[in-house]
Amino acid sequence: MALLQISEPGLAPDPHQRRIAVGIDLGTTHSLVAAVRHGVAECLPDAQGRVILPSVVRYLPDGGRQIGFDALAQQIHDPGNTIASVKRLMGRALADVSHASKLPYALVEAPGMVRVRTIAGDKTPVEVSAEILATLRYRAEDTFNDDLYGAVITVPAYFDDAQRQATKDAAQLAGLNVLRLINEPTAAAIAYGLDNASEGIYAVYDLGGGTFDISILRLSKGVFEVIATGGDSALGGDDYDRALAEWLLAEAGLTAETPEDQARLMAEARAAKEALSGEEIVTAEVELSSGALDLSLNRDQFEACTAALTARTMSAVRKVLRDAKLTVDEVQGVVMVGGSTRMPVIRRTVGEFFGREPLINLNPDEVVALGAAIQANQLAGNNPGGDLLLLDVIPLSLGIETMGGLVERIVPRNQTIPTAMAQDFTTYKDGQTALALHVVQGERDLVADCRSLARFELRGIPPMAAGAARIRVTFTIDADGLLHVGAREQTSGVEASIAVKPSYGLGDEQIAKMLQESFATAQDDMRARALVEARVEAERMLMATRSALAADGDLLHEAERSAIDGLMSALEATRAQDDAAAIDAATEALAKGTEAFAAQRMNRGIQQALAGKNIETV
Amino acid sequence: MTSLQSNDFELFGLRQQFAQDRAVIDARWKDLQREAHPDKFAAQGAAAQRVAMQWSVRINEAYQRLKDPLRRAAYLCELHGVPVNAQDNTAMPAEFLMQQMEWREALEEAQDVAALDGLNDEVTRSRRALLQRCEQLLDGAQDYAGAVAQVRALMFIERFAHDIEACYENMESKLG
Repeated sequence: MALLQISEPGLAPDPHQRRIAVGIDLGTTHSLVAAVRHGVAECLPDAQGRVILPSVVRYLPDGGRQIGFDALAQQIHDPGNTIASVKRLMGRALADVSHASKLPYALVEAPGMVRVRTIAGDKTPVEVSAEILATLRYRAEDTFNDDLYGAVITVPAYFDDAQRQATKDAAQLAGLNVLRLINEPTAAAIAYGLDNASEGIYAVYDLGGGTFDISILRLSKGVFEVIATGGDSALGGDDYDRALAEWLLAEAGLTAETPEDQARLMAEARAAKEALSGEEIVTAEVELSSGALDLSLNRDQFEACTAALTARTMSAVRKVLRDAKLTVDEVQGVVMVGGSTRMPVIRRTVGEFFGREPLINLNPDEVVALGAAIQANQLAGNNPGGDLLLLDVIPLSLGIETMGGLVERIVPRNQTIPTAMAQDFTTYKDGQTALALHVVQGERDLVADCRSLARFELRGIPPMAAGAARIRVTFTIDADGLLHVGAREQTSGVEASIAVKPSYGLGDEQIAKMLQESFATAQDDMRARALVEARVEAERMLMATRSALAADGDLLHEAERSAIDGLMSALEATRAQDDAAAIDAATEALAKGTEAFAAQRMNRGIQQALAGKNIETV
Repeated sequence: MTSLQSNDFELFGLRQQFAQDRAVIDARWKDLQREAHPDKFAAQGAAAQRVAMQWSVRINEAYQRLKDPLRRAAYLCELHGVPVNAQDNTAMPAEFLMQQMEWREALEEAQDVAALDGLNDEVTRSRRALLQRCEQLLDGAQDYAGAVAQVRALMFIERFAHDIEACYENMESKLG
């Protein structure tokens, strides 16, 4: 039971108070949005009844955009402006993109994150992803004919900090309130576990269009505990298509010379791959500028030319079992997620390794979005009696650079989040007054082999002999898996801290501005909507404060109490008028004015809950 | 009543001693996270999130320390005013160091998984014996200074166990 619930435990909030919260699976190949309706999670269809939205955005010369099926249909005609698989570019620099030369669209080097060159200008992967997310947001708003309270967005478990931060920024740019980022295999486990009332240790093998994750979870009484996670954030169905395309070219003795050639060839390779999941033998036919390709190929040939990719996934599976300190026979079931697990070779290989048939009773395309929707519903407070709890881990170790380009590990991989860990460092020169900190993520010992996340400086250290300063560096990882780093010199108290954000130049203000520009609806509409939103928010804040005062008013001194009372009357008065900005400001003032009180109540609530537990069980 | 300043044992409602039941620690951890995890307060604003995060981080920190026998032993010594200070104090009995050197040589010479398995078994047995000794010293004799010596030895063994692990991984990746 949550402690500060507005309604009584066990009672669902009144339907008008119900917050619309969705789960979004932002995939490499396609994306979905799902929500809990009438107690059941379901994927929301578009006007044509399709739940899948191809993750494809086409930029038009007049500034317009096509998104989804419309864009996909134009891919072979306008490959340079039609961006597919943008997820593989999230949080990446040009140097990180190994397949750049094989993409039908042009990439441009830019600080922090690569950009895509289109007829409508250079676009960051964050902006392209935001178009997809906004499309899903509109779909959900149309479905419920209401505004969204928030969304849970899924990311591959193996995404590093830069990729996670980029995903969160994209959601913000799409005007979504991000309730949580959760890992795709964990989301799948929720949908699967709740559906099957499973208990015990499960592996989730998630091979999507562009990413591969393997997670080992322990399921017990609504708790989804991730024991270890591993994978490859640049390995997926796309790579199978590419391997097959290259094989076809080599067999036919042809080359793909133009972006159109590449787009056609990739589309044909993908179609052949998909057909081979049902058939033993298929024909690949495609017109290239160097000649006509017409080949028949069988499943064995396909499996042989992609065997290295399948082997890579299995080596990650073995590694994650070692990390979890588990043997194959301790795993009670293997859940298959992601469209690429439809390939018979994957089902067979995974089945043979675990010595049991993989579980495929949920649609591998939908299961991640469904799990995210269940979590979103609970996070929004719509399910007060719900006992779902996710205990996830960070996928990659975090550390800082020390002398000689070596990494000092501060948080080891597979640590349960949220977590905070600290390590002491010292100065190495007499009189040194500043210390440069370089934050990296990865498992290798050399900084050069890890991903650089951020650099910052602690300045103003009082001059001391070398080795006398004690600098404590604290890494805090929140429930979204995002990192914050702080440094403090212990004797002088000098501090520096940084929220680790990829430096691709999107500040919060810029995001707000872009939000207005790219997604502005009619002005009047916006104003009316803003006023309704402001009033709803004000009402919520007032109700929450009233019930908080009734329950724990005794925590406050008289002066504190009257300050809060003053802010409440001010908000009530403003709410009656038509100025959305003024209402927002008054709500914000009340929120700020009750922050300390909220913190005290939380502490009391948690202490009581924990004490209650101790009495029950000791 | 527990607070953020309570020690790990108080926070988890466990008797302050070395001997613990891992299943009980695991169950307590989940019970506590059920009450304090930020997800429980996602709809309640930034202040609630921050406080929940503090508690949740504190619970995870205690769990990491309690569930690992070596870290639990070190923590008990520290609670009784005898910090382990592993970096500052590396003096170990000659006999122990000799054995460490022998093990290192054996690891370098290990050519196959069978050789590694043999070494691994020996290290596991040695670790188990040291942990038993820790329990006697901590829970029985309450000789914390004596326990610290065992903890330091265990830290050497832990590091060596990691190296064995890395060797297994190397062999496996060579096998493909």
